[in-house]
Amino acid sequence: MKNENNIVPILKIQNLKKSFGDNHVLNGFSMNLYEAENLVLMGKSGSGKSVMIKCLVGLMQPDSGSIEIMGKDITKLTQKEMNNIRTEIGFLFQGSALYDSMTVRENLEFPLRKFPEYVSKSEALVIEALESVGLKSAIDLMPEELSGGMKRRVALARAIILRPKIIIYDEPTTGLDPITAKEIIQLMKGIQLKFKTSSLIITHDVDCARVISDRMILLIDGINYIEGTFKELLNSKDKKVQEFFK
Amino acid sequence: MDILLKIVENTKIFLTEIGELSLFAKRFFKEVFTRPFEFKELLIQGYKMGNKSLLLVGVTGFILGLVFTLQSRPTLMEFGAESWMPSMVSISIVRELGPVIIALICAGKISSGIGAELGSMRVTEQIDAMEVSGTNPFKYLVVTRILAATLILPLLIIFGDAIALFGSAIVENLKGDVSFQLYFNKVFNALKFSDLIPATLKSFFFGFAIGLVGCFKGYNCKKGTVGVGEASNTAVVYASMLLFIIDFIAVFISDIFFEI
Repeated sequence: MKNENNIVPILKIQNLKKSFGDNHVLNGFSMNLYEAENLVLMGKSGSGKSVMIKCLVGLMQPDSGSIEIMGKDITKLTQKEMNNIRTEIGFLFQGSALYDSMTVRENLEFPLRKFPEYVSKSEALVIEALESVGLKSAIDLMPEELSGGMKRRVALARAIILRPKIIIYDEPTTGLDPITAKEIIQLMKGIQLKFKTSSLIITHDVDCARVISDRMILLIDGINYIEGTFKELLNSKDKKVQEFFK
Repeated sequence: MDILLKIVENTKIFLTEIGELSLFAKRFFKEVFTRPFEFKELLIQGYKMGNKSLLLVGVTGFILGLVFTLQSRPTLMEFGAESWMPSMVSISIVRELGPVIIALICAGKISSGIGAELGSMRVTEQIDAMEVSGTNPFKYLVVTRILAATLILPLLIIFGDAIALFGSAIVENLKGDVSFQLYFNKVFNALKFSDLIPATLKSFFFGFAIGLVGCFKGYNCKKGTVGVGEASNTAVVYASMLLFIIDFIAVFISDIFFEI
């Protein structure tokens, strides 16, 4: 576990609230993510994990609370400022979300198109990102020609192509067979070591949490119910916590 | 009482949809004039829409001209007015039949295609991925498609009209011994700018409606894969309805300015 005392968090969420009508999904959720840390966020389906990460990347506006990314409160940013912040965040979607109509190369080039300084060296960046996930040979394939695991790897390559400081993983191992899931977890670890990124990993997969987490948070009833290392949470006497490890 | 409640509820839903569609159109007009302009995507979409609809529009136009001439011939012969055939066919096709029928065909092809494509992109989070990567998906996906449809439809309609007249000329040539040269001479003598201009102008609006409805339905698609089918289906229904409304308004305005 990282030392939290003297380090400024790269991502700081405070008292985040979000409701849909009478359904209060987030009830004052708070958390910190530190540099080069792997933080796992676990919670039941419908507990607000997806809503939280959507607020985090500006796909949804919270009702109240603050989200600071590298010292900037993104709830108060303009669209242009938000787009700049987004370059510091890589996002691995649950279903990979590769663009169907584009090849793997075009999928990876897409985030670069807004940056003239990257466009000129896009070929090298694409190849490097694909090499990082071991899929250089798939560069000219269409997403429909890839298996589930390969899609996840390409999506991971796309997430890291702008060298983000934070990577958000939304259920990175869901829908994969155990062997491919292990490969993806190892890849995530490798990328974190190579690029020194901070990772926020949303998962139901206890094995994934055990292998990758420096620290864990359980999101229950819309709040940060408990946080600690995997071991600390595993040995917790709290019934709600124990349910996750059964 | 239940029926009344249902009618009220459906009316509410309908009016809400119209309101949302208007806001969507407003957003289009706001974003279409602001940078960055996605020219490359606009060209790709224009090429896709035009190229993929060409055969369908050609076949539809050809059969339209052929059937219309075949069906009208006996009646005109009864009055000894076969010589009016090229004029009647050309004015009918250029002013009304060509634009409306080809626009309806394109509503089925283009609007449902856009609805399904954007709908599936929405439910598979591709639109979210685009936004997270710092690209404005509305500008990249919606503005380009609506613009492409607006610009391509007039071209498709002109192409369809030409093929329809060609189909009609074949019938006249085979059944009435009218040479192609004579047929098209009569066609060009009969057609005036006041026939072409309103028809071409309204075809821009047809294209806009087709693109707008397809994008609106696809971009706001919900309910997973079922929603994609629904988006594609309702896009055709709404676009077709809108085409007739636009046609009615266009004919009304043309009547004022061009004295049909």
